Amino acid sequence: MTNLDKRQIPIGSTYNDGIRIDLRLIASLIEPGARVLDVGCGDGSLLRYLVEKKDVDGRGLEISQSGVRACLRQGLSVVQGDADTDLKNYPSGAFDYVVLSETLQTTHNPLIVLRELVRIGRFAIVSFPNFGYWRCRWQLLVRGRMPVTKSLPLPWHATPNIHFSTIADFLTTCRQEGIVVARSYAVDQRGALGAFFGARVFANLFGAQGVFLLATELPIHGGESVAG
Amino acid sequence: MESSDLMAPADKPMVDREVHTPETFNHQPKIVLDGEMSLLLDSGVTLAPLTIAYQTYGELNADNSNAILVCHALTGDQYVAGIHPVTGRPGWWDNVVGPGLPLDTDRYFVLCANVLAGCMGSLGPPETNPKTGKPFALSFPLVTIEDMVRAQALLLDHLGIDQLFCVIGGSMGGMQALEWASRYPDRVFSAVPIAAAARHTAQNIAFHEVGRQAIMSDPNWCDGDYLNQSKRPQQGLAVARMTAHITYLSDAAFHRKFGRLLQDSQEKTYGFDAEFKVESYLRHQGSTFVDRFDANSYLYITRAMDYFDLAAQHDGVLSMSFRETPVRFCVIAFTSDWLFPVSESQAVVQALNANAANVSFCEIETDKGHDSFLLNEPEFFDVLNGFLRGAAKHRGLI
Repeated sequence: MTNLDKRQIPIGSTYNDGIRIDLRLIASLIEPGARVLDVGCGDGSLLRYLVEKKDVDGRGLEISQSGVRACLRQGLSVVQGDADTDLKNYPSGAFDYVVLSETLQTTHNPLIVLRELVRIGRFAIVSFPNFGYWRCRWQLLVRGRMPVTKSLPLPWHATPNIHFSTIADFLTTCRQEGIVVARSYAVDQRGALGAFFGARVFANLFGAQGVFLLATELPIHGGESVAG
Repeated sequence: MESSDLMAPADKPMVDREVHTPETFNHQPKIVLDGEMSLLLDSGVTLAPLTIAYQTYGELNADNSNAILVCHALTGDQYVAGIHPVTGRPGWWDNVVGPGLPLDTDRYFVLCANVLAGCMGSLGPPETNPKTGKPFALSFPLVTIEDMVRAQALLLDHLGIDQLFCVIGGSMGGMQALEWASRYPDRVFSAVPIAAAARHTAQNIAFHEVGRQAIMSDPNWCDGDYLNQSKRPQQGLAVARMTAHITYLSDAAFHRKFGRLLQDSQEKTYGFDAEFKVESYLRHQGSTFVDRFDANSYLYITRAMDYFDLAAQHDGVLSMSFRETPVRFCVIAFTSDWLFPVSESQAVVQALNANAANVSFCEIETDKGHDSFLLNEPEFFDVLNGFLRGAAKHRGLI
């Protein structure tokens, strides 16, 4: 079974560098100078961080016009498009990393999107809100209400999230799809790594968000933890 | 040499806002490229000597790296900014090209050439054939978008510009920008096709055919020989323009501008005068157009657009047009453009993505239709500004 990586990533607990700390975790997984496609790049904060701090050759895909405009204003290369329909246009292995941050749960076909990510990139980095987080479980179990948390802030009728999953669900899906989970992290509500995440069951309970480094085959370097 | 005696001033020359100072407007009417720079057309005909009329704005920098080639649309011309010498109105992109504007003439050397087969001084049907001393008229060879681009490349050779910082254009200008990037990837650092497409659709061709039929069925067209017979197919050309103009706007734009308003009276007159405001507007568009455009040029240029199909040059596979392209692209489309719809721009973006090209793409939300690229659309300017600044940074111009 998967062991969630206990390695401490040198990330701060504050929002310095103008970027959310969960995004800094993602950034820490990316080699400098790499070719990166950020799917669902929003206003481009991660992409800009990667371009400026890591000198990556970065591209974005974003569905909203306002997001695309915000990116273009910063001089980033971003295509207005839809992860559900447009990923098929990219050639296999075109990027070193394909990032899908907090977007998988909004797609119509998460499985197809997931397959496309690992096809297009040597690595894929996926993060999503964990529906198995104890606060979610608590709200559903005790209050009988759809969870509203810091990583799931909107009520049921307004949320763009249509495919919820837990960290455990996601890991099972990766195993079924033959996707290698090279690294996995569970982060707390603030987006910081928790020191207590030693086992999958705890990660699934105490992690507000899961962050995963995926590949189609075992990477030669690194990969301390793999899907069982 | 004057470009053409057809170019009578418009009825009401007027400037309704501040335009740029004459210093930004370098008057260089045209160059004649000598025999060595002859142009072999797609049709197999060789054009020599080749005359290209162009305008420049701003200064070329020391290493000739700051040139932006603006490609004009079907009825545009090289007078991008400043006062147009024929119409007396501001140039067609006076809101985009100038000091401090997106195409900043304090930073870039902006040039625009009248297209081949045009009627503003470049070699075209109304120009005099040196062999006969008479206007070419229909003896002028058919040209293509590819030919227009090859002619522009010869102009750049002449000016000593190896690589453009950017090639940009809307509509037919966007077709040229795509052709440029595809044909000369090493001569283009960035390309911005706006409200454009990699091919003319059947509907596009159909509208053009209506325009051409309107011109050719005007008895004053004289089988194209009207200049020698001191006649002009004004009626036909005006109808062609009226039809085309409808395709440049949108239902919403027409409704907002005119609704069902009557031109003069409150009551219906039960006749066929220009009773509705929209009729009067279209007639005005038609009548002012004939003062600045040559009917045969209209036939030739619309035909060139009809022939354009970038994928066809590569066995029908558009992505092959951009193989391993080093060019940075910014594709811009307007949501209400039904003449060059967003889907056509998306096809270009897909072809670029298939090459993992450096491409940006934005759909600008507006209800103003195809001509939005000529209007004050702040979001469009925003995108254009951001892209050009980013590209300039990478090119070392900032």
